Amino acid sequence: MNDASNSKPMGQLGLQRLRRLPLNATILAPLLALIILFVLSSLASEYFFDARNISNVLRQVSYTGIIAIGMTFVIIAGGIDLSVGSMVALVGVLLLYVVNAIADPLQGVLLGMLAALVAGSLFGLFNGLLVTRGRMAAFVVTLASMSIFRSLALYLTDAGEVTTPNPLFSEIGGGYVLGLPIPVWTFFGLAAIAHVLLFHTPFGRHVCAVGANPQVARYAGIRVERVVLSTFVIAGICVGLSAIMLSSRLNSVSPSDAGYFYELDDIAAVVIGGTALSGGRGSVWGTVIGALILGIINNMLNLTGVSPYLQGLVKGAVILLAVLLQYRRTG
Amino acid sequence: MTIKRVLKQTALTAALVATPLAASAEEYHIGVTVPSADHGWTAGLLWWAQHATEELAEKHDDVSFTVLSASSGTAQVSNVEDLMIRDLDALVILPHNPATLQQVITEAYESGIYTVVVDRELEEPSQDVFLAGDNPGLGEVAARYMAEELGGEGNILVLEGPPIPINSQRVEAFNAVMADYPDINILDSQATDWNPQKALSVTEDLLGSNPQVDAIWAGDDDVLVSALRAVEENERDDVKLIVGGGGSQQVIEMIRNDHPVVRGTVTYPPNMIASAIALAVHGVKGERLGDMYHGVPSRVILAADLITGGNVEEFYQPEAAY
Repeated sequence: MNDASNSKPMGQLGLQRLRRLPLNATILAPLLALIILFVLSSLASEYFFDARNISNVLRQVSYTGIIAIGMTFVIIAGGIDLSVGSMVALVGVLLLYVVNAIADPLQGVLLGMLAALVAGSLFGLFNGLLVTRGRMAAFVVTLASMSIFRSLALYLTDAGEVTTPNPLFSEIGGGYVLGLPIPVWTFFGLAAIAHVLLFHTPFGRHVCAVGANPQVARYAGIRVERVVLSTFVIAGICVGLSAIMLSSRLNSVSPSDAGYFYELDDIAAVVIGGTALSGGRGSVWGTVIGALILGIINNMLNLTGVSPYLQGLVKGAVILLAVLLQYRRTG
Repeated sequence: MTIKRVLKQTALTAALVATPLAASAEEYHIGVTVPSADHGWTAGLLWWAQHATEELAEKHDDVSFTVLSASSGTAQVSNVEDLMIRDLDALVILPHNPATLQQVITEAYESGIYTVVVDRELEEPSQDVFLAGDNPGLGEVAARYMAEELGGEGNILVLEGPPIPINSQRVEAFNAVMADYPDINILDSQATDWNPQKALSVTEDLLGSNPQVDAIWAGDDDVLVSALRAVEENERDDVKLIVGGGGSQQVIEMIRNDHPVVRGTVTYPPNMIASAIALAVHGVKGERLGDMYHGVPSRVILAADLITGGNVEEFYQPEAAY
């Protein structure tokens, strides 16, 4: 198997090996797990294959899935972003403020969406600058900004939920195109773009190289800090997209509730998808599969009516098994 | 790594995930979703939901139940979506936060599902029945009881909940009653978010800055327990009375055992979910309620009862989670 740990003698060699590795073996285990889960789910509940259920699950997955794609870049580059969940709440609140501030419904929605993407990328930039220029660990920076973003969202709203009378807004997250909800199209579309970005551009290869060994990457002429900074901005933009989808589906945002524990779901999706938490390698489709696995588990637990006390145990066990798989593979 | 090993491990993963389901052939399927057990009251809520569904399923063999809990409003939206897939006839929901759930509850209600909303009211009503406790009543009853016990004079500390409408309704009603007693002095009113840990440190701080405190209104029984601990640890003999709210078994136990300081609390019962489920059973079948000449009412507000030594046995349910 590929070993992308820190013991590369030469940067050139490392880069070449990184270039070859993605899709095949890395993605095989989670894909098989997904297929088996699918089969077992349809056996366990007659309702599982209901078209409405499938489109529900996909929509439920898409909010965290969109962010997990951004998180994949951050983690491959050797970082982590714990602030994404709180950022969803803050971006969502700002988004609804903009939507409510503009009288014309269409203009309001368009400018609101733009504001969400800009806000998300600025918050990502904030995290990224503190990590690169501030020379602090990503874990510490985003732990702090997680608290800051949530607190700002609560302060702006006095902890109250924000709703909007705009009739067009709920059409984004609640709408369907060709039988699938719009958030689902966004999720898969984003995954396709992210896949191309990660595996078919120099930038993507730089992200992998930086995560595998920043020192070697620097000697190879890669501008390490700029790459790391970009991954946080990508995560921020994904948060912006997710906030648009989530708040428009609910036609409201709750500052204490929106994005609650999303960071954990996202990290779990990335890890189940076979991306190494230590950075250096991973795949976008793996993350998509990881997010789907988590979503189907949630759905199955609800459909079969497993005791609410035990649901957390099952989810935790799946995450543990996925990480176990990963250790075996790298070991 | 060999393909075989991958297969073995993924099979293991998936096997753990899937739980077989016995298909249900009952006539009515009722789904219940509540916030997950993150503090005493919500733990009681989930306990009562499960308790009531077990009892009611025995009594009514044409009804089956599914009880779910959600750690956030967005997770609860998924709960409702998942329940609706399963040929749902009635939905009983205590919404995490009303605005977040508004859309999906409206979808359920408009698709013809008999909908019972509990405790937290939606901005645009989308339900057959709304059932809640009496929030202003909780503040009012507590205030009257405290004023009486204090003989109309003394210094009071108020421990509030989180900044949400339910809390302001309670506190405003409490203050309105206290306005009639000019000799009762409310020293301070601080938020504890109904969190025992925060309540402990807030009470410690308030006791530190107020040398003479005659009584504390905790507004919630978990907060009462924390406040009592702060009073005892700081050996504050000046505090003669602590009144709570909710009606937790721990506090009921204290009242039963003639606790010198904890002598009364006011109900805001988590078993309101049990009554809501019972209403859904009768409502979905179109039955009358007991000897009433009508079906299930569209709005039910449960009384805020004062629990004291005299009537404590009525509320004693030792195995309940709250």
